[in-house]
Amino acid sequence: MWESVKEFASEFFVTGDPLIYGADVSIVLSMIAIVSVLTYFKKWGWLWREWLTTVDHKKIGIMYILASVLMLFRGGVDALLMRAQLAMPEMQFLSGDHYNQIFTTHGVIMILFMAMPLMFGLFNVIVPLQLGARDVAFPFLNALSFWLFFSGAMLFNLSFVIGGSPDAGWLAYPPYSELAFNPGPGQDFYIWGIQISGIGSLMTGINFIVTILKVRAPGMTLMKMPMFSWSVLSSCIAIVFAFPILTVTLALLFIDRYLGGHFFTLDGGGNPMMYINLIWMWGHPEVYIIVLPAFGIFSEIVATFSRKKLFGYKSMVFAMIIISVLSFLVWAHHFFTMGSGADVNAFFAVTTMLIAIPTGVKVFNWLFTMFRGKITFETPMLWTVGIIPNFVIGGMTGVLLSVAPADFQYHNSYFLVAHFHQVIIAGVVFGFFAGLYYWWPKIFGFKLNERIGRWAFWLWNIGFYLCFMPQYALGLMGMTRRLYTYGWDKGWFEMNLVSTIGAVIMGAAFLVQIWDIAHSIKHMKRDTTGDPWNARTLEWSIPSPAPFYNFAVMPQVTSQDDWHERKLRIEQGLEKPAKVELEPIHMPKNSGIPIVMSMFWFFVGFGLIFDWLWMAVPGFIGVIGCMVVHSFNYDTDYYVTVEEIKRTEAEAGRVIT
Amino acid sequence: MKTSKTVRCMSFLFMFILLFLTTGCADNYIVLDPKGPIGEQQKDLMILSTLLTLIVIVPVLILTFVIVWRYRDRKGRKAKYTPNWEHSTKLEIIWWGIPIIIITLIGIVTVRYTYSLEPSKPLESEKKPITIQVTNLDWKWLFQYPEQGIATVNYVQFPEDVPVRFEVTSDAPMNSFWIPQLGGQIYAMSGMSMTLYLQADEQGEYMGSGANFTGKEFAKMFFTANATSQEDFDQWVNQVKNTSPELTLDGYKELTKQGTSDARYFSAFPEGLYEMTVTKYAASHNHGLSTRVQPPARVKE
Repeated sequence: MWESVKEFASEFFVTGDPLIYGADVSIVLSMIAIVSVLTYFKKWGWLWREWLTTVDHKKIGIMYILASVLMLFRGGVDALLMRAQLAMPEMQFLSGDHYNQIFTTHGVIMILFMAMPLMFGLFNVIVPLQLGARDVAFPFLNALSFWLFFSGAMLFNLSFVIGGSPDAGWLAYPPYSELAFNPGPGQDFYIWGIQISGIGSLMTGINFIVTILKVRAPGMTLMKMPMFSWSVLSSCIAIVFAFPILTVTLALLFIDRYLGGHFFTLDGGGNPMMYINLIWMWGHPEVYIIVLPAFGIFSEIVATFSRKKLFGYKSMVFAMIIISVLSFLVWAHHFFTMGSGADVNAFFAVTTMLIAIPTGVKVFNWLFTMFRGKITFETPMLWTVGIIPNFVIGGMTGVLLSVAPADFQYHNSYFLVAHFHQVIIAGVVFGFFAGLYYWWPKIFGFKLNERIGRWAFWLWNIGFYLCFMPQYALGLMGMTRRLYTYGWDKGWFEMNLVSTIGAVIMGAAFLVQIWDIAHSIKHMKRDTTGDPWNARTLEWSIPSPAPFYNFAVMPQVTSQDDWHERKLRIEQGLEKPAKVELEPIHMPKNSGIPIVMSMFWFFVGFGLIFDWLWMAVPGFIGVIGCMVVHSFNYDTDYYVTVEEIKRTEAEAGRVIT
Repeated sequence: MKTSKTVRCMSFLFMFILLFLTTGCADNYIVLDPKGPIGEQQKDLMILSTLLTLIVIVPVLILTFVIVWRYRDRKGRKAKYTPNWEHSTKLEIIWWGIPIIIITLIGIVTVRYTYSLEPSKPLESEKKPITIQVTNLDWKWLFQYPEQGIATVNYVQFPEDVPVRFEVTSDAPMNSFWIPQLGGQIYAMSGMSMTLYLQADEQGEYMGSGANFTGKEFAKMFFTANATSQEDFDQWVNQVKNTSPELTLDGYKELTKQGTSDARYFSAFPEGLYEMTVTKYAASHNHGLSTRVQPPARVKE
């Protein structure tokens, strides 16, 4: 008996690596700490009522952001481990297997469990407020999306202490990701972690399309909608078309691995190249899915801090829609070297280059928004201005990569690694940071410390350039990606060392940001205005943080930048604060079903990973059960009384007459 | 103010780095120091496309700094402030137009080069090309010389100034066959045989690598590509023929097992080994480039 337990445990848990034992201990300790703190302060009920069962888009947004910061930490530690291994030739810090697992989890976590939830967090917190809406179109679905993402992310993260991490790269190219080469459970963790959170992403996409199309404030026509909401719309359209491809692709891979199928195997007529096409049909739109909202954020920030209307609104909208359509026509540029022939390569090279046009137009429009403006450099604007040169150069190397015959020399080299980190870190992550700094007071009711924020900005940027500029050089020296070690004879040492130093500086920058948050909480100055940046869109017209029903009275929109125009009219005495009639507000009720159902999904995933049908089948029955229970639940909404609205508004310092 | 100054300094630094990279000052930048016609043309294309993109990038960077500098909010500022200026058809036409023109130019160049540098296109040369069959195995490269009848592992030698017709396949997860100084890479895929023409114009030992991740010891898949004179090559072939062991079918099976390898030489290999490797994974799908290979006579085990 004892022997079989020991044997099971040695296969079930990942053993033999001191780094992982360290992680085991810290995971257990922090779990104990969390549980005891909650129990000691009797916070379980509060946690359940206020957070775990909430359908409030703002709270869901905060949970997304929190989860993504944790994932940024995890992915960042992975990055530092890799850079430590590559700092010098012939380092003995990580073994090949371990390194492969780390670059795989780094990629998956950063794109799917860091960038995506950070983006969804900002969608959730801001879009309904910008639209003048009380919540998203489907609040229950929204909560379910979050919890599905969360259980997918947890499942994926579990792999490094239980069973072993996937090691086939962030897109898990077969045949290497097939059973023949990857028999362990790691690759199944990959499939189910992404599948479960992917359902959530797809539902979020649908939810926000409907929200943006159907629940805007009266008077807000599409062409009066703030640019961030436009960017969310274009991104969500891409989500809705791209994510089903991912689901199907991973399902086929699962059939190969679990049921002995031969879609992508070496033998039995399988065709791994089909997978590579399919995964990039999702993968390429995916990068535009995450970058488009960043474009929206820049547009909001540039207009606010230049004290000027956004230049070329129509052009911007047009450009984003073109990008989201074109993003589906470029996937083969990820494998020009697969030998599809000159016709195919020429087509995909040209479509790829075409994307540079609308993207370039957006940069010009931001520049001319600043032109003849009055620019101030608070942290959100600092990030935005810092991003422009960064993104322009990342875009330029993107065009260089799209030149198909030259790509035969760039492909799979560090030049490529540097390029996509430049557009994803400097475009997406810095963009979301800019958004976080900008909307932080709206979300939490206080500003972050500007001085520490500047430190973080400079450290991130200097670290970034030091880390990734040398990688362009390494690419031209012939260094290919995913090497866990290299020899002294290659001449790659100096640039790698510089790159590692840059990575360490970015790590420090992250810590400075955490310190910034802690410092700002400790020395909190409440924002009583609701509009600390003197901004232009509707979310700033209500108190910070927004009351749970958002708008006491539905705003009547008459123009673009409606809040800015209203402020101007009041200033000029053209409009007096009108007397308002409060009415009871219709709100959705909390529900425990999303979290419970996602837990069942977790069991389904975990059961299928280890081939434990005794766990997967009940899990699946649980999922169905939750759906049944929810469809017979008619008690899903309630009305907020006028008294409660008055009381809440008064607490936020607003007297309603 | 402080901000924009630093931003400006940074960007100059960065332009400098880029220029430095694209002109290739050091020996280490092997991609920019090609030794064959394919690599040479790819380098030209890289430089040409860089210059074309710089036509837009440099003015944009300068414009960024000028605008950020000039329109920053400060006391006694003389620059104009037009808070409601939001549209100018003339300007919009300019910045839709210029990228369209540049991209059209790059696009035309790219399409022309895509056809002329198509990897399976034979190189123009008076000399008859030499064929080398390359098989990607788990963490080593096997080279077979069907004309010379020898085989090597992780070392490939060929005469200078003679086009080399590499036929590339895989008996393991997909890899990518790359000799940076001779020209771009091609994927090594099971079940198909890709053709890549390269040529060395100079004698020398060039680094070759597997560029696409294939697992644990993927980082150890470097090989040496040695371009020598025709005499040296012939001599080397004779030497391998006379002094090295034979590669048997069992020996090949041994090679396919996971593991790294030093350079190895074989005086002979089983007939039709390459074709057998390709067809073993059902050549049911014929990719645009792959040469359909006739199934060989069954090799007796």
